[in-house]
Amino acid sequence: MFNYIIRRIFYAVPILIGVNLVTFALFFVVNTPDDMARMQLGIKRITPEAVIKWKQERGYDKPLIFNAEAEGVTKLTRTIFFEKSVSMFIFDFGRADDGRDIAREITTRMLPSLGIALPVFLLGLLSYVTFALLMTFFRATYIDLWGVVLCVALMSISGLFYIIGGQFLIGKLWHIVPISGYGNGLDATKFLVLPVLIGVISGAGSSIRWYRTIFLEEISKDYVRTARAKGLSERVVLFRHVLKNAMIPILTGAVVIVPLLFLGSLVSESFFGIPGLGSYTIDAINSQDFSVVRAMVFLGSLFYIIGLVLTDISYTLVDPRIKLE
Amino acid sequence: MTPLLKISNLETIVHKGLKPVRVVNGLTLQIMKGETFALLGESGCGKSMTALSVMRLLPEAGEIISGSVKIGGEDLLLLPESAMRNIRGRRISMIFQEPMLSLNPVLTVADQVGEVLQQHFNLQGIALKERILKILNQVGIPDVPNRMFEYPFQFSGGMKQRVMIAMALAGEPELLIADEPTTALDVTIQAQVLALMSSLQQYNGMAILLITHDLGVVAEMAHQVAVMYAGEIVETAARDQFFRNPAHPYSLKLFAALPGKKKREKGLATINGTMPLLSREFIGCRFADRCDHAWDLCHVSVPEWNEVTAGHQVRCHLFSKNSEYRVESPVKKVEISSQAMSAFQAPTSNPQLLRVTNLKVHFPIHKGLMKRVTGHIKAVDGVSLTIPQGRTLALVGESGCGKTTVGKAILQLIPPTAGSVQYDGLELVGLERKKLREKRTEFQIVFQDPYSSLNPRMRIIDIIKEGINSSDIKFNRGMSGGNPRSLISEEEKVDTLLQRVGLPPDTGWRYPHEFSGGQRQRIAIARALAVNPRLLICDEPTSALDVSVQAQILNLLEELQNSLGLSYLFITHNISVVEYLADEIAVMYLGRIVEQGTVDEVLGNPRHPYTQALLSAVPVIEFESKREIIRLHGDSPSPVNPPSGCHFHPRCHHATSICHTIYPEETAFSPTHITRCYLYSKERNLPHPQMQK
Amino acid sequence: MPFKPIVLWTDALIYLLLVVIVFFVWYVRSNKHLLEPWRRVGHSTSGMMALTLLVFFITIGLLDTVHFRSAVESNRDTESGTIYSAEVLSLLDVIATPLRTRLEKTYSAPFATHLYTKETIELSDGKQVREFPRLVFGGANLQDPKTQFTADFASRAFIGLSFGIFIWCICAILLITLLASMGGHKFSETLSIIWRNETESPWKYVLLTLALIFSLAGTAITLSAHYHILGTDKVGQDVFYQSLKSIRTGLVIGTLTTLIMLPFAILLGIMAGYFKGWVDDVIQYTYTTLSSIPSVLLIAAAVLMMQVYTETHLELFDTIAARADLRLLFLCIILGVTSWTGLCRLLRGETLKLREMEYIQAAHAFGASHWRIISRHILPNVMHIILITTVMDFSGLVLAEAVLSYVGVGVDPSMISFGTMINAARLEMAREPMVWWPLLSAFSFMFALVLSANLFADSVQDAFNPRIKTSLIRIGKSRQGKQGNKLENKVVVSIIRDSTSP
Repeated sequence: MFNYIIRRIFYAVPILIGVNLVTFALFFVVNTPDDMARMQLGIKRITPEAVIKWKQERGYDKPLIFNAEAEGVTKLTRTIFFEKSVSMFIFDFGRADDGRDIAREITTRMLPSLGIALPVFLLGLLSYVTFALLMTFFRATYIDLWGVVLCVALMSISGLFYIIGGQFLIGKLWHIVPISGYGNGLDATKFLVLPVLIGVISGAGSSIRWYRTIFLEEISKDYVRTARAKGLSERVVLFRHVLKNAMIPILTGAVVIVPLLFLGSLVSESFFGIPGLGSYTIDAINSQDFSVVRAMVFLGSLFYIIGLVLTDISYTLVDPRIKLE
Repeated sequence: MTPLLKISNLETIVHKGLKPVRVVNGLTLQIMKGETFALLGESGCGKSMTALSVMRLLPEAGEIISGSVKIGGEDLLLLPESAMRNIRGRRISMIFQEPMLSLNPVLTVADQVGEVLQQHFNLQGIALKERILKILNQVGIPDVPNRMFEYPFQFSGGMKQRVMIAMALAGEPELLIADEPTTALDVTIQAQVLALMSSLQQYNGMAILLITHDLGVVAEMAHQVAVMYAGEIVETAARDQFFRNPAHPYSLKLFAALPGKKKREKGLATINGTMPLLSREFIGCRFADRCDHAWDLCHVSVPEWNEVTAGHQVRCHLFSKNSEYRVESPVKKVEISSQAMSAFQAPTSNPQLLRVTNLKVHFPIHKGLMKRVTGHIKAVDGVSLTIPQGRTLALVGESGCGKTTVGKAILQLIPPTAGSVQYDGLELVGLERKKLREKRTEFQIVFQDPYSSLNPRMRIIDIIKEGINSSDIKFNRGMSGGNPRSLISEEEKVDTLLQRVGLPPDTGWRYPHEFSGGQRQRIAIARALAVNPRLLICDEPTSALDVSVQAQILNLLEELQNSLGLSYLFITHNISVVEYLADEIAVMYLGRIVEQGTVDEVLGNPRHPYTQALLSAVPVIEFESKREIIRLHGDSPSPVNPPSGCHFHPRCHHATSICHTIYPEETAFSPTHITRCYLYSKERNLPHPQMQK
Repeated sequence: MPFKPIVLWTDALIYLLLVVIVFFVWYVRSNKHLLEPWRRVGHSTSGMMALTLLVFFITIGLLDTVHFRSAVESNRDTESGTIYSAEVLSLLDVIATPLRTRLEKTYSAPFATHLYTKETIELSDGKQVREFPRLVFGGANLQDPKTQFTADFASRAFIGLSFGIFIWCICAILLITLLASMGGHKFSETLSIIWRNETESPWKYVLLTLALIFSLAGTAITLSAHYHILGTDKVGQDVFYQSLKSIRTGLVIGTLTTLIMLPFAILLGIMAGYFKGWVDDVIQYTYTTLSSIPSVLLIAAAVLMMQVYTETHLELFDTIAARADLRLLFLCIILGVTSWTGLCRLLRGETLKLREMEYIQAAHAFGASHWRIISRHILPNVMHIILITTVMDFSGLVLAEAVLSYVGVGVDPSMISFGTMINAARLEMAREPMVWWPLLSAFSFMFALVLSANLFADSVQDAFNPRIKTSLIRIGKSRQGKQGNKLENKVVVSIIRDSTSP
């Protein structure tokens, strides 16, 4: 088991390096730092001095990959590639345009992000599985048929509409919870109710339908017939036999996104004014703060890869057939 | 005596397409307490649907529309679902065909057996555990206290079926429905499971409804037999009556279609056409269209039950009291036309068309941090064989012994690890791709599964042309210099080929899904013949087919050999097919050939203990001649980690200390008959092992 | 020449897509086994209704794809040739010229005759009053909107409705005549068969959907000649016009993204599964790396870089439309880069399974070449996966565009799309009273488009995925039913498995 995890981490390294190279190419090769400086400073009133100053402030004034002027090892280390890309492996993300340390900003913003994403994830998983199971129980009836129709309709509504509609209806019209904002400690709960609720509802359509397909596929298998032949009731068959087998694809499919929960949700955080990583990213994109976007890309891939490793491990926990040596 | 189970006029339909399919159509039968009732029929005749109707476990598109199913006087079809649950698993239990799929993969064996006890006896705690232990012991699971907490995937196929039986027995049922319980198992394992079922029946006196397509299994197990055809029972009798004097033309055909030694060179009887669609309405006898004895009456009036002798009833106009027509010997002997026999003159008889020496195929196992190769699955481990031109070599063995791998390695579809494959003197192993492609027209393969061996997206004509296109034309042009075949002759060739395998030429424009299993197998043979091969490797070509269809294919193969002088490597597990078709036979066990020789030598006088066990395990119909089944204990070991010494020694009754250490050398009894066993290596005069006992 | 045709990049690709589709249709029609699943799609009620609606959307989208620049009157000599306006117009723009050109000052509600904001107006007597000024175009024909509006609205709506129904009748008669001649029945017979819904394809529901579309369209067109039926936005542009324009953007993103990524996904997926070994390793590494970057972030990063590039290379684009179009294309490409991995993985898995199939072994035994095996055996057998993925992806991509535009990395701000509409409108959410109509229009149009795409995709999947089918079957009087079983005399949706026979 331990060996296996080590091996998986070992496999993850080349992927991270790949991600790093892709981001480096995207941010520094497609457009040179000079281009970016000109863009940020405004094309019209630009002076070479301003460009140099802009580059110096951000440490973009070095050569890309190879520094011919430096000595020894520093030929490689005193470069943009080393200082901006390689350093990300030790979580040194540098500073944002407003001068703050990105790494520190990320650590403080993770918690509020998790505050929404985790409840959405857990409540969502629970309710989706419940509804899908109910529809499976009532399969081949009108309940099931209309359930599917409702799911398709829910799927067809844009996520933005859930947020805007929810804010309008619950916050503005009924005044049940505040529309947006964030507080500390328990105070935060009342701000989180709305985004969590909306988060769960907006994912409902596609997830319930997907889980229902998994359940239906499972229920058509031979072992279900065996279970029925034992005289077990439909309820026992569904909960003991089908659920346990169907949870393997459902759980392992869900585990992948667990680490990504830290990154929060881009859209809903900025709509609800929650100071999480999602809104941080959006702000960075809007103000074209490249170093923050780069850091988030790297972090996102890292979390995704951790998710892949966790998925493999979770397989061994829920499926007795899979043993990792 | 009142019957335990009484099914009357059962009608079950399946909603599929526009018209409902009447899968069971007015079925009536009775099963007495403690007896084994065999329901015999070919695939699609509705026998499984009958069983599921009794359990009321039909698929969701299925529906019982009329009839009654009474157990001990209680009509199951009138019970509410909740009461039915107290019947299932308690009064009637069922075991299914595929033990691999029928057990829940994520629950332990103990859980799955215990579930029945909890449901029906409300057992808990220690009492529950003790009962589970007892039941699992009863069905012969070794080391129960440890193994009961393992999951199904940790059990072999035969063991899984034992677990299924344990689950079925846990409710102490009055009736056990066994739906093809041994079809998915090897012969030696089948013998074990059948023996277990009989002994359990003797022990607790339950009745068994045995659903099977295998006449041999029926002969072995049944007290009563009912033959089912197209949704209804056509003949019912006690076993002895049935086997001595089968009456219905369909039953007779089934017997006549069985291959065997006695029918060599005579050809097998076949049934024309296919089973009628059950979605249609029948006005006459269902079998009339395929029956050799059908007359006008058969097409217009449904035959009633007629008594042949006491207790032997048949649904056929031939036996009605007022029928003039009597049948003497309804089996029409099919003679292979002597023309075809003589048409072929062996061109240059090559005694070694194919010569395989010490062929090895090892698949590496990767493990550890760096995926190092830590071991090998020795699928084929030193196989040597020779096939002369125009002859048939049968390669016999149970599943997992590596026989299919041998076939593919000979064709170079899997690269051999070591050894040599010489075709007509040319070494194929390591031959460069281009040269190999030129040579590929000479040897072809016919696969087991007629459903996956034809590309569903191609017309038959394209499937057959594929061989011509991808090899023949290209290379012929190169060789014969500027004589490209025109397209017309190509299509003509396809037509000829289709006719040759007994299909009408217009077949070419249709798609594979429009054909039945037997027809597909004919197409696959036509495809192989398209490139004029001299050697055909047949990898279990009939094992997915019904007996009557199997007979057609075997006849076809035989006729082709006679007219074209083909050589066959016939890979199979079916001994009776070997008896019928093969000239020589090689028996494989765990990647090695343990015995080989001519059919008479090996089947008539088997020497290796494994061959003896294998042959004795095959259920036979001639049950007068009492044979003794040499029961092998345990399962075939895994080729990853084969036993030391002789691979067979852990299961062998004659194993001595030397068998544990060194693999035996060859011992020859005649120039052709060879075995690898210590029983014969040191002292030739050693008495026959079977007589030793 | 009075105009100069312009083929933008996305236009060209749409034409290419049309050619591909026409070829595909021709190919399918000539192959019976390929036609079979499409017939099943044709028999699905929801699928055909959705398709009818989709065709309507696609027509608007195609009208909006034919671009040109119209000639401008020039004072200079004719020698220098005609000068074309810098504005690129489409056929739809020409048809909707009134909608396009009638700009109000700022917000106005649907069917309003006055602006949404008070302005200071100088009366003829020199006094200044703050009130809602009349619109320049909306309801300009009315003398006294308060009294005349209802009557005017009703009469125009009625005329529009009748017009719509008239057109529908013509279409229906044409369709029924066509069906009658194809089926060899009389017109009246065909009509009654359709009315009783006994045709193989649900023509009754198709006609009903058409009736709904035509009456709505008729009413909308007639009314929009004199009112802003969905109001106007901040700069006074008609929201109905914007909604129509957004359709093309949505369609382009939904289709071109797939068109662009398909060749890569198919080629790499099949290669990885077929050749295994190092080829497989390299391809797997590539798609794992790409898919490990969260897609929104990758798109954001790429679009930001694109922005920098276009800002610093403005000289490359001769019109704003061309620049916006290139950005749209780039968005499609980058969306394709993030979405090909899923299909690639699916195809790899399926190919791994297929390559062990016996018919492929048989082809190997003939010495068939790799190319031949891939093109004749593997590709046709994974086609259904490609098709299902394509139709399933469409709606997701349309929805994604809205989110991306909100995040600020979507289409060019000058290009009208659902995303830009929502983005512009949400800023007015806090306004009292609320400006709700741009949001609502964008969402309704988007919902109709995505829902019909989803329903169509569902029926395609049902028809092409052989494993599980959901279909409506009738269960007659069952014997168990008499005892009060759940299934009594009921039409139930049942899961029919292919292997119902033993």
